[in-house]
Amino acid sequence: MITFTINGKEVRGQDGWTILEVARWNGIEIPTLCHHGALEPYGACRLCVVEVNDGKRSRVVISCMYPIRPGIQVQTESPRVANVRRWIIQLLLDESPESPKIQELAKTFGVTPSRFKKAGVDFACHLCGLCVRACQEVVGVQVLTFGNRGLRKAITSPFNAASKECLGCGTCTYICPTGAMDQVFQRVKG
Amino acid sequence: MQITSIDDLQKAKGTGLNQLYPDKPKILVGMATCGRAAGAQRVYDLLHKKAQQEHWDGVVEKTGCIGFCYKEPLVDAIFPGKPRITYGEVTPEIAGALWEELAAGRIPEKQIMARLDMDDMVLNGGPRKFFKGKLKGFLAKTPRYEDLDFFKLQRHIAMRNCGFIDPDNLLHYIARGGYFPLYTTLTTMTPEEVINVVTFAGLRGRGGGGFPTGVKWASCRKAQGWPKYVLCNADEGDPGAYMDRSLIEGDPHAILEGMLIGAYAIGSSEGYIYVRAEYPLAVKTLQRAILSAREAGLLGENIFGTGFNFDIKLNLGGGAFVCGESTALMASIEGKPGEPRAKYVHTVDKGLWNRPSNLNNVETWANVPVIIGKGADWYRDIGTEGSKGTKIFSLVGQVKNVGLVEVPMGVSIKDLVMQVGGGVPENREFKAIQIGGPSGGCIPKEHWDLPIDFDSLWDAGAIMGSGGMIVMDNSTCMVDVAKFFLDFLIDESCGKCIPCRLGLKRMREILEEFSAGKGSLADLDEMESLSEAVKDGSLCALGGSAPNPVLTTLRYFREEYEAHILQQKCPAAVCKELITYTINPELCNGCTACVAECPQDAITGDKKKPHSLDTSLCIKCGACFEVCKFGAVAVA
Repeated sequence: MITFTINGKEVRGQDGWTILEVARWNGIEIPTLCHHGALEPYGACRLCVVEVNDGKRSRVVISCMYPIRPGIQVQTESPRVANVRRWIIQLLLDESPESPKIQELAKTFGVTPSRFKKAGVDFACHLCGLCVRACQEVVGVQVLTFGNRGLRKAITSPFNAASKECLGCGTCTYICPTGAMDQVFQRVKG
Repeated sequence: MQITSIDDLQKAKGTGLNQLYPDKPKILVGMATCGRAAGAQRVYDLLHKKAQQEHWDGVVEKTGCIGFCYKEPLVDAIFPGKPRITYGEVTPEIAGALWEELAAGRIPEKQIMARLDMDDMVLNGGPRKFFKGKLKGFLAKTPRYEDLDFFKLQRHIAMRNCGFIDPDNLLHYIARGGYFPLYTTLTTMTPEEVINVVTFAGLRGRGGGGFPTGVKWASCRKAQGWPKYVLCNADEGDPGAYMDRSLIEGDPHAILEGMLIGAYAIGSSEGYIYVRAEYPLAVKTLQRAILSAREAGLLGENIFGTGFNFDIKLNLGGGAFVCGESTALMASIEGKPGEPRAKYVHTVDKGLWNRPSNLNNVETWANVPVIIGKGADWYRDIGTEGSKGTKIFSLVGQVKNVGLVEVPMGVSIKDLVMQVGGGVPENREFKAIQIGGPSGGCIPKEHWDLPIDFDSLWDAGAIMGSGGMIVMDNSTCMVDVAKFFLDFLIDESCGKCIPCRLGLKRMREILEEFSAGKGSLADLDEMESLSEAVKDGSLCALGGSAPNPVLTTLRYFREEYEAHILQQKCPAAVCKELITYTINPELCNGCTACVAECPQDAITGDKKKPHSLDTSLCIKCGACFEVCKFGAVAVA
């Protein structure tokens, strides 16, 4: 067992566990968006950031991927963490102001839409990749993938074509936190 | 020719030396990409054709870039018993005339730039003098390389062969001491000894981070897992930077030899060079170098009969800047999308295909053979306390001598810009230097005494980066510069994590407001807090350092931001929404040049009478400003 602290409280976990797993086991709340217990962590949304001090230096890491190490001191609410989290929610809220999941997060963290709020898009995809991973890891067919990069990055199927492999199971629409998958699904399943 | 023993190597060296310095005249044409862009291919073709047609008893050969990029195309003449003469700006149009002289055995004075009295060879012990006795006539007055301001501070170690050898000729490389360090390594040193030498030499990664190379090698050697991979990062993509390209195009074997030595130290038998496909000449040069090394038995199995095996594969990048990031690079080699992943488990433990992998950049690898060949003590003497050796920079932007320079660590920014670079163009003033690519920062004139080494730059908010240096004068607006680099990064972000993808976009939106004279001082604080969030929250080094251009310009040029916000003024007169062009009737003599130039017909006026400009039509393109010879067009 590995012993370390989260917010000053001593916690324990097994070798190979992540900070997020240990935190949740101990009832310590860390918000996430792209994390799902049934899937491999991906590290895209960065909502689960925490500050880790390993005795040498303090840095901000993502708890869903950071493997626990003996003696580390984890802070889940430090000013640096709060700043990253606030901005991520702000950016997400401005991108898709009507998404219920994002609205809920915004409400919890007291974030309101800014002057850059996007008009006309209600359910923007945040590229959390849950659909891609679910399709690959759970359904096992790899119909979905990421296309393009940067601001043009989007969830799509290989060659942007309707997929013969798609079972039409709808796992991707079920797991999608924003509702943006519905449209892609219609196109992909053909 | 198979090279499997020290005798073979010596023999190859002898043959190589005869080719490098034959007993007959030799003409060299600088044929790296910078030379070709200026027309070197046509110059080479012309000289080569003439030599064949006229059955000239001499050699016409290509070589890499020696660094004088602003004087390309470069042609060098090496006549037995004479100093090596460098001619600059030998355009295809005048190459014929130069040929007439050289073919007749004369050294013409026209276009002459510098002379080289000896070739110090770096690795091969002792310099080789080109002539005996004293020079007469104009040759005596021709400056030596080391007399030129551009070269005075320089010291070519990684670039030791660039501009001296034909990069496609393995024997040339061996002639200048190449592959001898590999022989020494394989036959007399243990892997631990190699790592100790490199560690003690103080070599730090030249790709940007400055991580101690020996320490990295040691961790990779210790890591559990097999096979282990040795990788070379040649995915150079910073705007205005071309150090790695030039090294590959001028001296590819230096990189291969460095990787071979590294592979021996780490315990690896497989290597990859990840080179961007937009460098077609570098790719070809590497392909030929790998083939020739393989043919000679210097890559492959049982190298020098020692039982050591190592081979290198070439992997072409698909045009993504982010693939220069180590984990994205490895993902790309694996055939996956070039997205970085979290590095909480280091790549030396789990890198390419989850195996221990050691990645160094081109310049780092090119330094390795010299460290082994000359020893750690020799190398430690160069540079500063914390940063040993030299560093190559591509000095570009608003500077007179644009080129590739290799200087010892610790040279000040001022010396680099004013002496090596020759200063900024007439009537302008040095304002700042952008160091370290898009992830680096802008350092202002107040700090130009700063020594260039890893730690000083880090403290100043910039990074060494791979070595791009963009000089800016007072016609540059720092808000505009920040916008430029953000645009680049927004375009190149892989889009995986939110702080980088959306955060940079938001920073860009706020900057856009600034340059339009909107926004408030509170937005500056917003910008800073967002920058911190992007730095802390981003997945990889691209996002983690992306706010640097904004943060350093804010740190050093805050008053310029404030001028945009508070006075709605752009002090450098760049941001279009904040400037107006006017014609000063007292200076305008009515030449009508601007009337003809204006695409909007916004300027009216008769000949020899002061013109007037209708600001409601003006699109602020600046054409009138550029064309006016009398300074009558004002911009503010």
